[in-house]
Amino acid sequence: MSYNINTKGYYGDFGGAYIPEMLYPNVEELRQNYLKIMSDSEFQKEFHQLLKDYVGRPSPLYFAKRLSEKYETNIYLKREDLNHTGAHKINNTIGQILMAKRLGKHRIIAETGAGQHGVATATVCALMGLECIIYMGEIDIARQAPNVARMKMLGATVIPAKSGSKTLKDATNEAIRDWINNPINTHYIIGSVVGPHPYPDMVARFQAIVSEEIQWQLKEQTGKTKPDYIIACVGGGSNAAGAYYHFLDNTDVKLIAVEAAGKGIHSGESAATSVLGKEGIIHGSKTLLMQTTDGQITEPYSISAGLDYPGVGPMHAHLYKSGRAEFLSITDNEAMNAGLELCQLEGIIPAIESSHALATFKKKQFKPNNVVVLSLSGRGDKDLETYINHFKL
Amino acid sequence: MNRINKKLLENKKLLSIYFTAGYPSLDNTVSIIEGLEKNGVDILEIGLPFSDPLADGPTIQASSTQALNNGMTTKVLFTQLKDIRKTVSIPLIIMGYFNPILQYGVEAFCKKCQEVGIDGLIIPDLPVDVYHDEYQEIFEKHKLINIFLITPQTSEKRIRYIDSISNGFIYMVSSSSVTGSQSGFGEAQTQYFKRIANLKLKNPQIVGFGISDKTTFNQATQFAKGAIIGSAFIKYVSEFGVNNLKRFINTIKD
Repeated sequence: MSYNINTKGYYGDFGGAYIPEMLYPNVEELRQNYLKIMSDSEFQKEFHQLLKDYVGRPSPLYFAKRLSEKYETNIYLKREDLNHTGAHKINNTIGQILMAKRLGKHRIIAETGAGQHGVATATVCALMGLECIIYMGEIDIARQAPNVARMKMLGATVIPAKSGSKTLKDATNEAIRDWINNPINTHYIIGSVVGPHPYPDMVARFQAIVSEEIQWQLKEQTGKTKPDYIIACVGGGSNAAGAYYHFLDNTDVKLIAVEAAGKGIHSGESAATSVLGKEGIIHGSKTLLMQTTDGQITEPYSISAGLDYPGVGPMHAHLYKSGRAEFLSITDNEAMNAGLELCQLEGIIPAIESSHALATFKKKQFKPNNVVVLSLSGRGDKDLETYINHFKL
Repeated sequence: MNRINKKLLENKKLLSIYFTAGYPSLDNTVSIIEGLEKNGVDILEIGLPFSDPLADGPTIQASSTQALNNGMTTKVLFTQLKDIRKTVSIPLIIMGYFNPILQYGVEAFCKKCQEVGIDGLIIPDLPVDVYHDEYQEIFEKHKLINIFLITPQTSEKRIRYIDSISNGFIYMVSSSSVTGSQSGFGEAQTQYFKRIANLKLKNPQIVGFGISDKTTFNQATQFAKGAIIGSAFIKYVSEFGVNNLKRFINTIKD
């Protein structure tokens, strides 16, 4: 059994391309070309050169000694927080901007929630000199002012999404509508392993650099070719997809996916899709999503804007349903405390998304000889205000 | 014979209207249907509102949000339509996104449609292949015609494929856009209308998106069998309510 995508664009029961006919030519053009383009040696060369010189890869695999001592196991942090723009998001936007150029597109659109993917997209558009339009929920624009300013400095146009709940899912809807209205010259850079096929697979492949590096870095440092566990937070799930990718079918490696429980799974303010979601269609993909019994998509909540998505990528829906990955839910408070702990034990201020993954160590006991790799997907600079308010600093 | 097929045989250009069920008020559904039939509308598309209508512009989005806030659900809609065939004889089509139908259960949904007298479905985000592989049998068992969309970007090969698995009409999206974003048709659209007419498809075409008045209705139906109006009608009822629908129809045809 493979846990990766099949030739029809599905992970088990999940995935596919449930899109209106107006989007079909765009998505089909991408589907027919993405593997061919990605396997081209010139493309690979350019992609890896930029990852090295511009993003700063490989990101370190860091043995967190004091954290390991505290939890009596061996914890390695995959330092995606040290990438240019501060998170794993840039791996995907570098890949997709090169894809857009190969497809002859000169206008780039993207959605963003907290603004991290928006910044990563605006960054690569500036790098390549392409027009950049970012859709962002009106409510998110108000609460993420520094990232809005960053995108503008980078030359992007930020358009408020005023429909529905005015947050990430609505920004995604608006970006899709833009793509319907501009079918010829525009490429849509989706920021996570969500959306219609081939997006989940394409984004996972660009993020797969993370697990590719983990493989050789771990070997170099420990002599082992694989860890016992990989832990990653999951919103849409792109950093988890990247960290798992090369270990998906190696069941000796246990996968742990950490979702945001918000104020508690059953508090009505949560984003724990695996627990609260049901199978359905969101943004062109069949997956697990939070919805009413009538099939209307509901608004999730998490203190972390990056985990605040009502669905989850189809790869993760399949990892959940098949039992390949263990899913944990971490509340706002548990995450914030784990984030502060990392600051004080290791001198690293993590993004609140990554703090959710870090909270795993309070929930689950690992063996002293286990090798546990945790994807530290982003840095906490963007979250300082939230940390300040939470801890009354 | 299905009411849609029968209607398509009539020797005239067909006017079809889309409205969002549950808008402006929850219980307007029946009076809108009856009022439009009385005023000469040929086919009705009853919009089942969805929280995230990807293919729709601001007007239909806002009406959908309002309809959901008013309490519209799939169950409520079927209850409202329970006796519709006692008073209404024109073809009725439900247009909705796939997720609410999936949650209701595709088979249960189709069965209920047949019970209340729905003739067809338009589900923009149900792909042709998935329909063909998984649902066609169920739709046909319940005598429902599934209507597919084509756009100016749809290849001839794909149009012919869509034509081959359709047995009602083809919903011809007038331009590459979401609903309600056009004002008037230009040369490019006329060329597109002509190009499709020249394909001599087995299914007649009805044009949607961008039709709002006599001019656009006449342009659209010069080469096609009919035209569908959505956003312009929603705008009308949000301003003038549902009691004087004749005035709206008079702005479309004489």
